[in-house]
Amino acid sequence: MAVAIQVDGLSKSYLISHRAREPYRTLRDAVSRSARNVALALTGRSRPGTETREEFWALQDVSFRIEHGERVGIIGRNGAGKSTLLKILSRITEPTRGRVAVSGRVASLLEVGTGFHPELSGRENIFLNGAVLGMTRAEIRRNFDEIVSFAAVERFLDTPVKRYSSGMHVRLAFSVAAHLNPEILLVDEVLAVGDAQFQKKCLGKMEEVSTSGRTVLFVSHSLPTVLRLCPRTLLFEAGRLKMDGASSEVTQSYLETKPGGSEGHVDLRSASRRGGMGERFRYTGCAVLNSQGQVTDRLLFGEPMTIRVEAEAVDAIDDVGLAVGIDTFSEVRVATLLSEDSGVTFDYGSKCPKVVTAKPEHFALKPGQYYVTLGARHRTQALDQLSQALRFEVDSVPWGDIPPPSAAWGIVHTPARWSISDA
Amino acid sequence: MQPTLVIEAGRTERHYWKDLWRYRDLFLMLTWRDILVRYKQTVMGISWALLRPLLAAVVFTIVFGRLANLPSDGAPYPLLVFVAMLPWQFFSTGLNEASASLIGNVNLVSKVYFPRLIMPISAVLVSFVDLLIAGLFAAALMAWYGVSPDWRIVTLPLFILLAFTAAIGAGAWFAALNVKYRDFRYVVPFMLQLALYISPVGFSSSIVPEQWRLLYSLNPMVGVIDGVRWALLGGTTPLYWPGVLISVGVTVAVLVSGIAFFRRTEKYFADVI
Repeated sequence: MAVAIQVDGLSKSYLISHRAREPYRTLRDAVSRSARNVALALTGRSRPGTETREEFWALQDVSFRIEHGERVGIIGRNGAGKSTLLKILSRITEPTRGRVAVSGRVASLLEVGTGFHPELSGRENIFLNGAVLGMTRAEIRRNFDEIVSFAAVERFLDTPVKRYSSGMHVRLAFSVAAHLNPEILLVDEVLAVGDAQFQKKCLGKMEEVSTSGRTVLFVSHSLPTVLRLCPRTLLFEAGRLKMDGASSEVTQSYLETKPGGSEGHVDLRSASRRGGMGERFRYTGCAVLNSQGQVTDRLLFGEPMTIRVEAEAVDAIDDVGLAVGIDTFSEVRVATLLSEDSGVTFDYGSKCPKVVTAKPEHFALKPGQYYVTLGARHRTQALDQLSQALRFEVDSVPWGDIPPPSAAWGIVHTPARWSISDA
Repeated sequence: MQPTLVIEAGRTERHYWKDLWRYRDLFLMLTWRDILVRYKQTVMGISWALLRPLLAAVVFTIVFGRLANLPSDGAPYPLLVFVAMLPWQFFSTGLNEASASLIGNVNLVSKVYFPRLIMPISAVLVSFVDLLIAGLFAAALMAWYGVSPDWRIVTLPLFILLAFTAAIGAGAWFAALNVKYRDFRYVVPFMLQLALYISPVGFSSSIVPEQWRLLYSLNPMVGVIDGVRWALLGGTTPLYWPGVLISVGVTVAVLVSGIAFFRRTEKYFADVI
């Protein structure tokens, strides 16, 4: 078999600015900075070290090869470099180092419905979106009827897309994308949208596409989907290719890697942080406690939980607001517990570690894997941030006299007060 | 078997022009999209294309023609102004749209690959439709004043092409600067405003003293507007060719430098936008 994609020593770095509030450079800044530099040069003083930019390696020395007709899953946590890889493969951004050789026509579905214009009709958007994805007009015309019937929007072809329901919108977008005929297809998480029935239809289409001899790279958080579609999987971690092998082994290893590594408690003193975070104030540890106050990584369904965070400040800071986010394994945010929302901020003395606990009320997490994300800020200034600092699991065994859970009921279980009266 | 595509730092440059041609379908679709959206509310779209140059022409005619009593080189003053308004509106709208084209299409730029130069060029092309509509009105206006063009009208497309080139060149500069510096977009309308007054839109450039004519022609729109007037209205004054040549030279320089700057910064668009 011939090689479809050959990646050698691929790296990509971004310059990130430490002033988190200013994502863009402005002309005003550039002008005033160069004026200041000129003034400093004239007065003979050297430039003060105010330049607080720092390199962030989104991908580091990644190499792999994919043969024609292979279906490969790509998994890893947020920020592991999956999306950057797809962006480089689809030529949206350039690598900083390394080389990629791709043979065959590439189409990427980085987001369904890219380029849809709300004012235009469904028919017009099919042509537009098709062109955006790299189809010629002749190709679109040839596939037009099939696209329309797959999306089941025949009756609304001449209605502006802004009047479509979100379901119709997604169906149409996926349908256009699914009728691309590239040799290599890059897919990023398209199946996370739409109703269950349509998702099933999409999966079927994906299988059809991939069994027709095309090469598919599939980035997903849904391990069952990856297992079903892709015999081989690449696991990324912090910009590096950590594992490359049979999907069953790679996904298993992914599930087993616990951030921090210990059961229920994680040491965060030396956790990697993005620029500037954790310099003045840092989380030093985090744990999940069960109803008895014991550290654990496994809770019963419906069991009250407590999240305990340990933190310290270099110099004394008052008014520190803490935030604890709970995400599902597929990285859907379930809840964010903000101390400020409950009217609480904390005062930290210099080098004086403190322990804070937060106990969410009113909901119970459904059985499954969850992450804890931590944040801290002083008024509007971010102090520390740790994505997916800790992982824990909710067991399907119910706690106390709560009825056993059903997977069909959503992410959280919450009691309600019911009442009835005459209408 | 398709040829192998190699992606490397700095590599994209080699097949740039071939890519631009390969993505012509996307280019056409984007242009078509913008035209559709613009004229979807047909009445508003078309009347807007007419109303803006018309109102500006009325104001300029009153201020420069009646109050300041400037010469009109033998043509009716309203016609002199309106005919200049056509390429000016085309240039300024095209340039304005082109400079906003990249940040206005963030979702496309950050999600799909295509030669980014498509964006500003397509934006200028869209404002060409406005020019056509206003052009029809200009023809009617000429008939009303009984001005019939002679053979020189065949040179008209050349001057429009000059305006087109200037808009794309400056548009490439501005679009790239807009991505790089987020506050640049506040500068663009101001610059266009200023450019309107130093271009011979409301008056004939023959009122510019002879010794300043060459310097004045450094503004590419001087060559364009003089040329369009000469091609359509004839008039008594001959075209000032050295000025036109200078305008052409400046335009080409703007285009070449604009594209060079655009392509140098283009690689980082998706990272910073």
